[in-house]
Amino acid sequence: MQDPFPLANIIDNFNGRVSVAANVTDMPCVIVNPQDLVELCLFLRDNEMFKFNFMADIGGVDFYPNLPRYQLVYHLYSISLGWRLRIKCPLDEPPTAPTITHLWTTANWHEREAYDMFGIVFEGHPDLRRIYMWQEFEGWPMRRDFPLRGYKDKYNPFGAERPGEGKSPIGDIL
Amino acid sequence: MGSLTDRYKDNVLFTTSDNIINWSRRSSLWPETFGIACCAIEMIAAGCARYDLDRFGVVFRPSPRQSDVMIIAGTITKKMAPIIRRLYDQMPEPRYVIAMGTCAISGGVYNTYSVVQGSDLFVPVDVHVAGCPPRPDALLHGMVLLQEKISASRQSKQAKDSSQPPLTQQSANIKENV
Repeated sequence: MQDPFPLANIIDNFNGRVSVAANVTDMPCVIVNPQDLVELCLFLRDNEMFKFNFMADIGGVDFYPNLPRYQLVYHLYSISLGWRLRIKCPLDEPPTAPTITHLWTTANWHEREAYDMFGIVFEGHPDLRRIYMWQEFEGWPMRRDFPLRGYKDKYNPFGAERPGEGKSPIGDIL
Repeated sequence: MGSLTDRYKDNVLFTTSDNIINWSRRSSLWPETFGIACCAIEMIAAGCARYDLDRFGVVFRPSPRQSDVMIIAGTITKKMAPIIRRLYDQMPEPRYVIAMGTCAISGGVYNTYSVVQGSDLFVPVDVHVAGCPPRPDALLHGMVLLQEKISASRQSKQAKDSSQPPLTQQSANIKENV
């Protein structure tokens, strides 16, 4: 039987800057502000109690019209100890977060994806370009105020009108 | 030659040049080896032993320079569309296009910001093969339809009452729109 996850150890170490998300039941989950994110990640990676050597995923969330509007969700996995941890990081408008590419190299592409889909800017990222969409693409398609069918062009006659040319795309979705 | 030796006397056959040209064109339709999405799996199955497109003279080629047909097998994203157009432009004429599957015909369920709503928006399509994905038999039928289309076309002379411009002109018009 595995020991319980030493969640209290993280909370004590960060002295009120990290809080526990109590409504999450599937795995331990902590909430941290972007200015403390890098310090927390470094602690989780290098501390002998945790050894989170694998950064599994970075997800973006748009809570429009609620505030704070954006959130980054990091999933960490400790290969040697078998633990998983979720880190939630709320972001204001405009959404900026520090990069963690220098801690886990794989974060490079995950952060580019979050930038591509949500327009979240990662400060210090070595190569912050779009990864799915082409470079000339305008807009952040996973934001809730982006029309599902995109904007009208020659390849997409069913898209929404550009803002200013007609009805606001926000009105159609929400 | 074995069994054919001394079986026939010397013969002279009469036909039209259109017949000869169309027969040769429809009997060696070489598609590009080019799959974009799940329809490509059905296209591969159609080329393999069970369905065997080879018996229609359909042999997949690895280069657009050696191809006659482009089978658009799958969802076309807007990022992919210029590449498909370039491959089409690299094919020597006469060239034909089969739009395979609902996505290639109309965008299908992907009525979204990133998907082209039908391949005829940027290349001239000869045959639409419906299905999601179409079974290999449907692609075989599409190939036969294309052969029928070629058989019925006039190569040596343009039909005078035709309201359609010649194929080369059509593709030039579409190219201007891209």
